[in-house]
Amino acid sequence: MLTLLDSASSSPWYFFGYFLDHRATDLGWLWDHTWLSVVPVVVGLLLALPLGWLARRYSWAYPPMMSITGLLYTIPSIALFVLIPPLLGLDPLTPLQVPIALSIYSTSLLVRVVADGLGAVPTETVQAATALGYRPLARFFRVELPIAVPVITAGLRVAVVANVSIVAVAGTIGLDNLGRLFDQGYTLSVTEPYYPPIVLGIVMCVLLALVLDAIVLLVDRALTPWRRAVRSR
Amino acid sequence: MAAGGAQPMIFKTLGWLTDPGHWRSTPFDTGILGQLGAHVGFSVIALVIALVIALPAGLAIGHTGRATWVVSVANAVRALPTIGALVLLVVIISPHFYGRTNAGFLIPTEIVLVVLAIPPILSNTYAGVQNVSPAVRDAAFGMGMTDRQVLGRVELPNALPLIFSGFRSAMLQVIATATIASYVTLGGLGRFIYDGLAQKDYPQMIGGGVLVAALALVADLLVAVVQRYVVSRGVSGRFHRNTSVDSRVAALVEENV
Amino acid sequence: MIRFDGATKRYPDGTVAVDELSLEAPSGQITVLVGPSGCGKTTSLRMINRMIEPTSGTIWLDDTDTASLPAHELRRQIGYVIQNAGLFPHRTIVDNVATVPLLLGEDKTKARARAMELIERVGLDPAFAKRYPAQLSGGQQQRVGVARALAADPPVMLMDEPFSAVDPVVREQLQEEFLRLQNDLGKTIVFVTHDIDEAIKLGDQVAVLRVGGKLAQLAAPADLLARPVDAFVAGFVGRDRGYRALGFTGAGTIDTHQEPSVAVGAAYPGHGAGIDGWILAVDADGKPQGWLPTGEEQRGDVVTDAMLYRGGTLAAQGGSLRAVLDACLSSPSGRGVVVDDSGRLVGSVTAREVLDLIEKRG
Ligand SMILES: Nc1ncnc2c1ncn2[C@@H]1O[C@H](COP(=O)(O)OP(=O)(O)O)[C@@H](O)[C@H]1O
Ligand SMILES: [Mg+2]
Repeated sequence: MLTLLDSASSSPWYFFGYFLDHRATDLGWLWDHTWLSVVPVVVGLLLALPLGWLARRYSWAYPPMMSITGLLYTIPSIALFVLIPPLLGLDPLTPLQVPIALSIYSTSLLVRVVADGLGAVPTETVQAATALGYRPLARFFRVELPIAVPVITAGLRVAVVANVSIVAVAGTIGLDNLGRLFDQGYTLSVTEPYYPPIVLGIVMCVLLALVLDAIVLLVDRALTPWRRAVRSR
Repeated sequence: MAAGGAQPMIFKTLGWLTDPGHWRSTPFDTGILGQLGAHVGFSVIALVIALVIALPAGLAIGHTGRATWVVSVANAVRALPTIGALVLLVVIISPHFYGRTNAGFLIPTEIVLVVLAIPPILSNTYAGVQNVSPAVRDAAFGMGMTDRQVLGRVELPNALPLIFSGFRSAMLQVIATATIASYVTLGGLGRFIYDGLAQKDYPQMIGGGVLVAALALVADLLVAVVQRYVVSRGVSGRFHRNTSVDSRVAALVEENV
Repeated sequence: MIRFDGATKRYPDGTVAVDELSLEAPSGQITVLVGPSGCGKTTSLRMINRMIEPTSGTIWLDDTDTASLPAHELRRQIGYVIQNAGLFPHRTIVDNVATVPLLLGEDKTKARARAMELIERVGLDPAFAKRYPAQLSGGQQQRVGVARALAADPPVMLMDEPFSAVDPVVREQLQEEFLRLQNDLGKTIVFVTHDIDEAIKLGDQVAVLRVGGKLAQLAAPADLLARPVDAFVAGFVGRDRGYRALGFTGAGTIDTHQEPSVAVGAAYPGHGAGIDGWILAVDADGKPQGWLPTGEEQRGDVVTDAMLYRGGTLAAQGGSLRAVLDACLSSPSGRGVVVDDSGRLVGSVTAREVLDLIEKRG
């Protein structure tokens, strides 16, 4: 295999060879990319559950909460990256800016998803649960939340896949993740195209997005066995 | 390190933004207004092309229920890392352009922007048409509307809330990605971010971020206003309290559930 | 006139929804298609305006083979009302109603004016005209659906379970108004329902379909109740069909007895006043108000409204035997009250007398 590499080293198909050549760095970036994509979604979900519940529980809270999250979600990622440090009083380039920005995005998206997911729980179901003697907190975790799971996991899938793409953008301002491969490829292409790192970056990002999406899907299946029962009938 | 340097950074950024010299262009440097124009220019071109492709396609697929795989394929594109696609296309295309024209950067950028903008418009248009209640469609045909009339007079107006939200997310992605396009040495407001970064001129970098955020918010607001006037109250349900499920979420759930 | 001539519909999956249906819906009359769920009523109806194309057979609209016209042109001549109204959510009520005239190229002002007229005609407050469908109740939406179907003044109307989705009280109201409207308009109507009572109430003729899309019986409602052709139809029209059939038999000149009465506000009558312990209370105009048990002195000196038993229904003179019998059966005294056109007391009859009459005519 090594004999082939030299002749085709700038070919797009050489990306796997490129990966083998720089395995340690690339795997490090993959790891950075993974946690940068996942942790903000988890943080977002933990924040969104109580916020979404509040937005449903107190109807006056819904409109302002939706306006604020909508506004935050509107700000382009690269802008949010550079705006976070001065707003939070951090260094202009801090490793925290990306996870914070992504947590803000994920929370914004998921508050809406959780609120609407809970809103889609049939009123009769909630009333029946109350009549059976569930207290509000137990009712939330045992009845309302499980029913809202499909909607929430649909939101999680969108958030995770979007994050993988957004994290790569942070590579362009010098932060470590798979986006650095694009930076490398672009820098190495000054005289003539050098494809391997670029293609490798795309392939790894897409694979990462697909794997994370599949994991959320599996969790969804595991949490909602009743939907499979309906499907197979 | 933090608190001490923070206040001055905000003031320095404000200083950069309010300096009239930064707004005007000089023979050597494009000012804020010039870059804003360029940014809006790329974005509008991409959105118009995407609309021309995705709107009719989404309407047709939604109306006939055929070729729905197109929507799935378009949605799969969302997993593509934008910046990677941008760099790849620039590297492929730009060597074919020499001289002082920036077509070598403009064309790949526009392609990426269009490719990005198509999926949300296409899938939301499709979902919007699909979501029209079967009874309504049945009544429309039953009273003697032709296919074209059912699509234009009934399905389209009822799909508008979803079409608008698809367009709005497309627009935001285009504005965001047009910012990153500055990374491949193209103009636009992203220029200030990347130049500021390269020159360690942080007020300029952060000022660029403010401008991009402001552009996105203003653009979204403008479209929201248009939406308010274009979408029938009977569909947007604005005579109600706040019962409407957000259409962006509706579309997203439509796709994934 | 609409005529099915051996119309058959076989769906691609092999289901035969309608099998060789031949049937005529006469002009100016209501023909009801009734039958259990899945028997092919909707399919039959939708073949008329070609929302569903027949697999074989012909459907005639007067002397025109419906297959000979472009489908959309055919449909513009046919009013179409469906179960959940199917109003256009994005259009106001008045614009919903004006849809077909606008499709036919009528000018906007005229179409709207006509729409307003129809909105009132179907019993809606004109103030609703500017509202959107989502702001109306189900029953109101259904009225708009009827108005919309009538807007281009089509000679023919197709109605698929139009009143099934509303609550029983509103349904009854809609049925009454529908009959009143039809009385004025005289459209040729094909009406689909799964509810035999609705069929009997509304139909000039009723077609009972059995599952598999076969016509079981076509008859006027009274005939259907009196002479179901087979066990299926008998079972479908129900156990109490004999009683319901009385609804179609005029009471004719039924002999009534004079009924003693007392006015509300008059002195409370003693033991001997009524018959068998009951006396009829009437108002100042002689209109029956309710029954009063006599001889319970502890109740007070004058007859008040609060003392009356109001259970009994009233039968109109010249009404149906069913109404008279019902008046007897629902009266606490066992005597059915008959009133004249203006609601004044004529006299009373007993259930025994009505039954004798039925037997004599039987
Ligand atoms: N599009 C279709 N494809 C296959 N079978 C159908 C279709 N529509 C209706 N059917 C079947 O045809 C029969 C008659 O349906 P329909 O006319 O809707 O009945 P009804 O209105 O009397 O309830 C039913 O068995 C139904 O399942
Ligand atoms: Mg039916």
